[in-house]
Amino acid sequence: MYRYSLLRLARHALSDRPWPRAWRQAKPRSHYDVVIIGGGGHGLATAYYLAANHGMDRVAVVERAYIGGGNVGRNTTLVRSNYMMKGNTEFFEFSLKLWEGLSHELNFNVMLSQRGQIVLAHSPAQMDALARRGNIMRLNGIDAELLERAELRRLLPYLDYSAAARFPILGGLLQGRAGTVRHDAVAWGYARAADSLGVDIVEGCEVTGFLRDRSGVHGVETTRGRILADRVAVAVAGHSSQVAGLAGLRLPIESHLLQAFVTEPVKPFVDHVISFGPELFYICQSDKGGLVFGGHIDGFNSYTQRGQFPKVRQVAECAVALIPGMSRLKLLRHWAGIQDMTPDGGPFICRTPIRHLYLNGGWCYQGFKATPAVGWCLAATIARDEEHPLVRCYALDRFARGGESLDEYGHGHRPYRH
Amino acid sequence: MLRVHCPLCGERPYTEFRYGGDASRARPALGTSSLEAWHDYLFLFDNPKGPHREFWQHEQGCRQWLLVVRDTATNVVREVIVARNAGPGGGQGPGSR
Ligand SMILES: Cc1cc2nc3c(=O)[nH]c(=O)nc-3n(C[C@H](O)[C@H](O)[C@H](O)COP(=O)(O)OP(=O)(O)OC[C@H]3O[C@@H](n4cnc5c(N)ncnc54)[C@H](O)[C@@H]3O)c2cc1C
Ligand SMILES: [Zn+2]
Repeated sequence: MYRYSLLRLARHALSDRPWPRAWRQAKPRSHYDVVIIGGGGHGLATAYYLAANHGMDRVAVVERAYIGGGNVGRNTTLVRSNYMMKGNTEFFEFSLKLWEGLSHELNFNVMLSQRGQIVLAHSPAQMDALARRGNIMRLNGIDAELLERAELRRLLPYLDYSAAARFPILGGLLQGRAGTVRHDAVAWGYARAADSLGVDIVEGCEVTGFLRDRSGVHGVETTRGRILADRVAVAVAGHSSQVAGLAGLRLPIESHLLQAFVTEPVKPFVDHVISFGPELFYICQSDKGGLVFGGHIDGFNSYTQRGQFPKVRQVAECAVALIPGMSRLKLLRHWAGIQDMTPDGGPFICRTPIRHLYLNGGWCYQGFKATPAVGWCLAATIARDEEHPLVRCYALDRFARGGESLDEYGHGHRPYRH
Repeated sequence: MLRVHCPLCGERPYTEFRYGGDASRARPALGTSSLEAWHDYLFLFDNPKGPHREFWQHEQGCRQWLLVVRDTATNVVREVIVARNAGPGGGQGPGSR
């Protein structure tokens, strides 16, 4: 690998020698030990850990379009581990720990910024719920701090504390180690590191079918020909149903749109990630100065990747209710990504009823922060043909077994309600 | 913006409606004891990229539940009928699986 360092940076600054490509433009070979479908953060991280942790280098990632064009490049970049349900708590904390060492691990600056996330409470009941969440986190060794209104006024002076505020702010829960990561850098960093360990990253290659016999899956049909593989993993974000459907599987997943928004850049004033209590709404400020925010899914199944305007308005209303000063900012851009929604809001990382076919999907709103842990655990699951202990809670048959739902907010079993 | 043509009220923005999800699945007969049948009914979705049979309730209009066929790849609404006219079996109307 052409390692990045201060010395290299200085040399390149002084010469006009171009930087080498970060990863090869690989052509698909005829056979691999593992083929991973989907070159998003999850697929690339899985390939990297297959090579780095399990010594497997006959691995390919096949991506329909180009690296970074899916949700890994469309999300709002928040990372945190303030989860409450058993299984989630441990998994997301493991992921946050991996984020903390990732720039060194990959020799690529993923720009982790642990600026802290504050979830706001607007009623005594929400305050109690946050205290409970914080206690569960602390019992699991995760940092959490309950903040009173006075402390919030000092930390976040720009919120609406007036008597006229639509939703009075009572307090909040701070996770100091939470924050943001540069999403593109995650895709590029994992791609480059995986490539340097021998993984083939094949762009412009759509999987259109599976090669199967009675013993299970043994390859894929693609728009660039047939590729044999001993094991195949699906990591296609909003298209899990589509790709699993090619193998005859029906999943507990619906595809929905989630939008994200960025304002024109302004001087730094939002130093944390802030989550609103009354509605799903969260906001932070990018290094370029734009306020980055998002809310709920649009609310009905869609693969259009184009958000509906009423959602823009609703999210803007949340923004102004929370930070009145935002009312005069212009919206610079907004876009949508297709995401899997599941009956309990939790994901799947598991073997499937078809031998040698592995699934990672159903990530709802939360897959970006999970990226390193998904890669780590899915790689182990593929290499050992058995679920990694941290992902046993993410089994495909948890609804059939009952009692193992991961519904953090008690929204019920309808995917579009999460 | 997505607009739905309510057979009773005419074309309205989707914000007047409440989404009711996938309408293609038939509820198992009352008394069905197979857990698998209930699991599949509640939790498995075809999730098509294309025509999708779904329920919407015209909450801020006539309050009727409607059965809508909408293409999830384009958001074009192809067909709307009042859900109770869809026949027995809930969403199991013409053209369902
Ligand atoms: C607007 C928005 C905001 C979000 N914000 C956050 C956040 O703040 N924090 C957080 O934790 N999560 C967030 N998420 C969720 C997160 O982005 C996703 O869960 C995560 O990125 C999904 O994993 P991925 O990176 O591998 O997906 P992707 O990057 O989408 O990768 C999947 C890839 O599979 C490819 N593919 C699909 N079908 C095929 C096929 N047949 N053959 C080959 N390739 C195929 C696609 O082209 C795509 O590149 C957000 C999502 C959206 C849409
Ligand atoms: Zn009507």
